[in-house]
Amino acid sequence: MTDEPLLRVSALSKFYGSRVGCENVTFDLWPGEVLAVVGESGSGKTTLLNCLSTRLLPSSGTASYRMRDGQFRELYRMSEAERRFLMRTDWGFVHQNPADGLRMTVSAGANVGERLMAVGDRHYGKIRATAVDWLSRVEIDEDRIDDEPRAFSGGMRQRLQIARNLVTGPRLVFMDEPTGGLDVSVQARLLDLLRGLVTDLGLAAIVVTHDLAVARLLSQRMMVMKDGRVVESGLTDRVLDDPRAPYTQLLVSSILQV
Amino acid sequence: MPTPLVVSDVAKSFTMHLRDGIKLPVVAGVSFSIRSGECTVLGGPSGAGKSSILKMLYGNYAVDEGQIIVQHEDGLIDLATASPRTVLAVRRLTIGYVSQFLRTVPRVSALDVVAEPLVERGEDREVARSKARALLAQLNLPEKLWMLPPATFSGGEQQRVNIARGFITEHPILLLDEPTASLDARNRDVVIALIAAKKAAGVALLGIFHDHDVREAVADRLIDVTAFAAGKIAA
Repeated sequence: MTDEPLLRVSALSKFYGSRVGCENVTFDLWPGEVLAVVGESGSGKTTLLNCLSTRLLPSSGTASYRMRDGQFRELYRMSEAERRFLMRTDWGFVHQNPADGLRMTVSAGANVGERLMAVGDRHYGKIRATAVDWLSRVEIDEDRIDDEPRAFSGGMRQRLQIARNLVTGPRLVFMDEPTGGLDVSVQARLLDLLRGLVTDLGLAAIVVTHDLAVARLLSQRMMVMKDGRVVESGLTDRVLDDPRAPYTQLLVSSILQV
Repeated sequence: MPTPLVVSDVAKSFTMHLRDGIKLPVVAGVSFSIRSGECTVLGGPSGAGKSSILKMLYGNYAVDEGQIIVQHEDGLIDLATASPRTVLAVRRLTIGYVSQFLRTVPRVSALDVVAEPLVERGEDREVARSKARALLAQLNLPEKLWMLPPATFSGGEQQRVNIARGFITEHPILLLDEPTASLDARNRDVVIALIAAKKAAGVALLGIFHDHDVREAVADRLIDVTAFAAGKIAA
């Protein structure tokens, strides 16, 4: 285990004019750690995720990422090309709506293969074999490899998006409501799959969700956001079993029991 | 005898912000230590704060005041103020915990639920599974259940999976929250034997046992939690 974090975030803020997106967010993320960011819509969690993944530039604050050579690089000082390269190779981004993360009019195999080609793989047979392997890891039958994601169910599309993201062996994956909009039974299957992949691959992940059960199952650490600020953070089971902030208590007490 | 865990002047209360900020004191002035090779038992009526104390020692409940010093790797750590990352490392390597109820994960088999803490410590998956099989057999869990997720198991079956999961590793400290509550006599005896084996291996155990016979069989020392009643100290 390394003693250095993978990502260091310090006093990150994003303002939209006078409106607060997120304000003064500070945390470190270590390799293999899954951090859940929870809060209701409008709490700033997606703004934070978009800033961290450099899809959005913050108004102030810093975030530095430990590159594969061990050097920390300041994310917002990289060139656009460097950031894109990071996004294509070392990072993944799983969108809530798979259509935002997939190319809907090319085959499932090509969706997975495309990321491999982006990192320089050129051998067709090898790319196809890797694609088949990844489709089976996300429980998509090999005979669907030439189908377009348009012909897939919501759960399958989401699993395909995960395969597309993980095929390059990223070290950090951002997930925005990865189980949102799926049936509960499909959610359970996806969560279990994600949990297994994250453990087996030793990924670090930042998962934005409004679903505390998802946070409990996937993450070791949690940040609770309200009105753009982090109101509570800590071990996931500590935050959920002994919530301290008024807003966290409200969230936890609002969970429906089945 | 080494004391790998020392609790001093720990206090805990819950503030209910949704109920006009009422403060519910739980315990205060909690001070004790546990020793390697012994089983210390927390005693006292329901609601005295026994489970809350165990949960603080595992980092599952926050601590308002005081220190919980634990010997972790080659140093001492105060769990009351440790970072989440440190608490996770302590859980992986130093403090094991058998909770009252098993929290099940969809689609993960009983065998893998039991093997998981060993795998997290870096053990080979197959070695971990074979140890898990041995423990589940010792706890008389029917073999046909091993590959099934425990969500549909009976209370006693889930509890045995939970016990196996807690006992499979060689954590130097083991916390037990009523591990025998829903077990029949035969399996209670198995748990008593497992606890005896842990003691012999030099593990420091701290437990809550409502079952009188089990307590008699395993306890080396009894700590009466009513002495830490929050009202008493505050008054």
